[in-house]
Amino acid sequence: MPDFEPVLLANVGVPNSFTREVYESTGGYAALRKVLKEMSPNDVKELVKSSGLRGRGGAGFPTGLKWTFLPKDHPGPIYFCLNADESEPGTFNNRILMEDDPHQVIEGIILSCFATGASTCYFYLRYEYPLCYERVENALAECYAAGYLGKNILGTDYSLDMYVHRGAAAYICGEETGLIESLEGKRAWPRIKPPFPAVEGAFRKPTVVNNVETCACVAQICRRGAEWFKSIGVPPDPGNPRDPGSFGPKLYCLSGHVNKPGCYEAPLGITVNDLINNYGGGMRDGKRPKMAIPGGISMGLLTADEFDCPLDFAGPGKYGCLGLGTAAVVVMDESVSIVDYLYNSCQFFDHESCGQCTPCREGTAWSRNMLKRIKAGQGRFRDLDLLLEIGDTIGIIPGTTICGLADGAAWPLKNGIRKFRQELEDYIKRTNPTGYMETRPPPALVSLDVH
Amino acid sequence: MGTVIIDGQEVELKDGERLNCIQLAARVQNDIPRYCWHPGLTVVASCRMCLVQIGKKDPKTGEISITPKLVPGCQTLVSDGMVIVTTSDEVKNSRAMVEEDLLLRHPVDCPICDKAGECYLQDYHFQYGRDERRADIKPFTSRRREMGDTITLFVDRCVMCTRCVRFTREISGTNEMMIIDRGARDEIDVFPGFPLANKLSGNVADICPVGALCDKEFLYEQRVWYMKSHDNVCAGCSTGCSIFVHENQERIYRLMPRENQQINQWWMCDDGRYGWKHVHDEQRVTTPRKREGDTYTNIEWSPLLAGLDATLKNAKRLAVVLSPMLTVEEAYLLAKYARTIDEHALIAVGYVPVEGEDETFKSGFTIRAEKCPNRLGVSKVASHFQGELVAWSDLPARLASETFDALWLTGGYGHAWLADDMAATLVNIPTLIVQDMFTSAAYEAATYQLPGASFAEREGSYVNHADRLQSFQWAIRPPQGVQPEGRVYWQLLKLPGLYNGRRVMEDLAREIVYFAAAQQPVPPTGVDLKVNLLAAQPAGATV
Repeated sequence: MPDFEPVLLANVGVPNSFTREVYESTGGYAALRKVLKEMSPNDVKELVKSSGLRGRGGAGFPTGLKWTFLPKDHPGPIYFCLNADESEPGTFNNRILMEDDPHQVIEGIILSCFATGASTCYFYLRYEYPLCYERVENALAECYAAGYLGKNILGTDYSLDMYVHRGAAAYICGEETGLIESLEGKRAWPRIKPPFPAVEGAFRKPTVVNNVETCACVAQICRRGAEWFKSIGVPPDPGNPRDPGSFGPKLYCLSGHVNKPGCYEAPLGITVNDLINNYGGGMRDGKRPKMAIPGGISMGLLTADEFDCPLDFAGPGKYGCLGLGTAAVVVMDESVSIVDYLYNSCQFFDHESCGQCTPCREGTAWSRNMLKRIKAGQGRFRDLDLLLEIGDTIGIIPGTTICGLADGAAWPLKNGIRKFRQELEDYIKRTNPTGYMETRPPPALVSLDVH
Repeated sequence: MGTVIIDGQEVELKDGERLNCIQLAARVQNDIPRYCWHPGLTVVASCRMCLVQIGKKDPKTGEISITPKLVPGCQTLVSDGMVIVTTSDEVKNSRAMVEEDLLLRHPVDCPICDKAGECYLQDYHFQYGRDERRADIKPFTSRRREMGDTITLFVDRCVMCTRCVRFTREISGTNEMMIIDRGARDEIDVFPGFPLANKLSGNVADICPVGALCDKEFLYEQRVWYMKSHDNVCAGCSTGCSIFVHENQERIYRLMPRENQQINQWWMCDDGRYGWKHVHDEQRVTTPRKREGDTYTNIEWSPLLAGLDATLKNAKRLAVVLSPMLTVEEAYLLAKYARTIDEHALIAVGYVPVEGEDETFKSGFTIRAEKCPNRLGVSKVASHFQGELVAWSDLPARLASETFDALWLTGGYGHAWLADDMAATLVNIPTLIVQDMFTSAAYEAATYQLPGASFAEREGSYVNHADRLQSFQWAIRPPQGVQPEGRVYWQLLKLPGLYNGRRVMEDLAREIVYFAAAQQPVPPTGVDLKVNLLAAQPAGATV
């Protein structure tokens, strides 16, 4: 193990780490007491801004900056939504935090709510996390009992109520406006922006949506200071004026064909190789790696040659991927077929596309159907061009969809086909030796059913 | 104030205008394709058909910078200095992509689809689609699902624009329609046990851009390209919605709303939409007849009118009842004719049907309880001649206090309307002339039976409950044997040429101050008589 001392995961493994007693015994809620007594909400905002904390949910947007988008002197209410709808394939860091150290998250939420002026927080929790639900509910009850939540927190003027809302197991609810719609009791169809949630969000009021790990970081920043946070990670690239840098510790979810999969805390900027070898104990059965997902399936694909990619917010982008995402690294060895990987990925996005925007709804379904056919031995070279075209045209980056789900669906296609085209062509040629050059549309597989 | 450049063409913006790219482009006849956007509904920007490129013109240097990313034209409000591009390769490719996507699972059953010919998917495919199919060919499926008594859904044709869902949420406020399932499997449906059952339900078939939602009444009745469309005004209630009458060979197949921001916006109610059946009713009277003693003889119109004219000129006291189903022009001509014979002829307003209460929907659309199109217009004509308003309910008293030699009763209602006691009073009049579409006790006893026209066969103007006058032409010819009222009165007054509503309106607008605003040609959406009247009046005059 490397010498980085875990901060966010410090309490994980301690018996009863999910109780208030244990959390307070390791210095928990001291920061809250100090902040409520000594600091103004603006001070907290500035503190977080100066720490350079970027959202841990996937997009990596600077948290302090996001908070400043709230309208000034708004009469209220302002809502805070905690995005605990962790459903990116490969990602489980929020679960660890909520199961083993829920108080750290709650302290971070209270601090964030204090900074943003929210007096109501909705804890939007993924349905598939029953243990999280239990522990978060218990932790909230402990907080209300201890006066950390409710009216006049710790004798100050500040009041905050927190409600746990369980989602109904849809990936799209992790998109912030989808989450807000779902919270309002509607179908989780992401909203068109502008207006952004900070201006008009839940129940048409200014709303901040932050990730679980982001809030845990806020708690640690308030406890240890912005300087400590900035001492970890990667400074901004001087060549890129728009790069705010990647500071702080990050929870990496390592899974796949490694010896010790798990959630590891490391400074931002370690490489995939570091993660596999120093944390994951090397490849399973000593096999050679073939590829890895850098940060959740939406982010694309790194080949084994690209494992020197630093896992910070800017790193994967330099290797043709979308970004760091949730920092969920899934390592695959040579036993994995790229066709299976792409089919699995397309199947996921076809299943989870909300169905609102035409290019995403139809593009994800079409790519899945094509890969199903390729997998079944009916592939053609032309399919690869079509898949690539779908990948290049759907998403918010080309502007053809409302939310980023389609970008997530596009990146595995783009990376998978561009980086593994030879293997795909070999597969198609091998499984469909007579028809791989065909370009006419494949005929209907089922006989015509005329009504 | 401001200027927007669209495809190199400069368009001026007026002060305070909030236009999106589609609306702005429409000003210069640039039709940006779209499915989900409808001017009467909220913007969802989900179909992605209206994607355009936008940019900014630097006011100082005049340099134009275009953003590479596409934006939905429906969601993007235009502002001064904005540049819109709709002809670039990026835009063309994105349109082709959306067309291709929408056709992946579409059954392409245009030959048996009612919408063919007025289908956005068809039209846009011709204009923007790819010339080859690249996707796998899909087995043909055509699942049908009932939405309610009026509307049926062809599930596979749907493009998920959600216009119908938004309509029931925002306009009718009844929330029946919804989306089930997710992703490419999502479908339109109604909640179990709660079918689409509101009085605006027919509109969802109109706003459906494809053949998914179909009107059951119209289903498989007529191909749209065989029908001719005529501007008309709904005669169902005093709202007076602007409508289209779609007919083929003098047979109506459907009524559709015509956009009129002052009255009905884009909508019409089901009462009006399906309220044309009486026009083609087998029971309609179509033979002009004259009674002699107890027997009736069929008689041609020209000898009948000559005889009628002679009979009336012999009568001393005359009364006419102007039905609120008549147009203003017709009412005016009949009143004028009566007054040329008897200068004290009684001019009364006919039966005004009222049913229930006004019914207002979430958007403000109102179905009026007053089930006739022109009570206001006819009343103004009647009281102009009479000096006071003699209503249908006042008529028995007038008939009891005075003796009339002849009474001309007009109807034109789509249903039985004459109460028995009223009929009993009327049959005592020596010469009774009844002009109506259907037989009644009075019609059976009339000296002259004149078959009358329906709303679609008339020409003239109605004044709605809010003093808005709309003029229209006839949409279909009346059945053989029927003469529209206006034409009959025109002949009786021995006016030159054929009946011409516009000429009558010009005369009557000069004569009756209330109609002054209609002296100029009336635009398709009508004129507000009250506003124009106030402006035309000298200060201090009362209306």
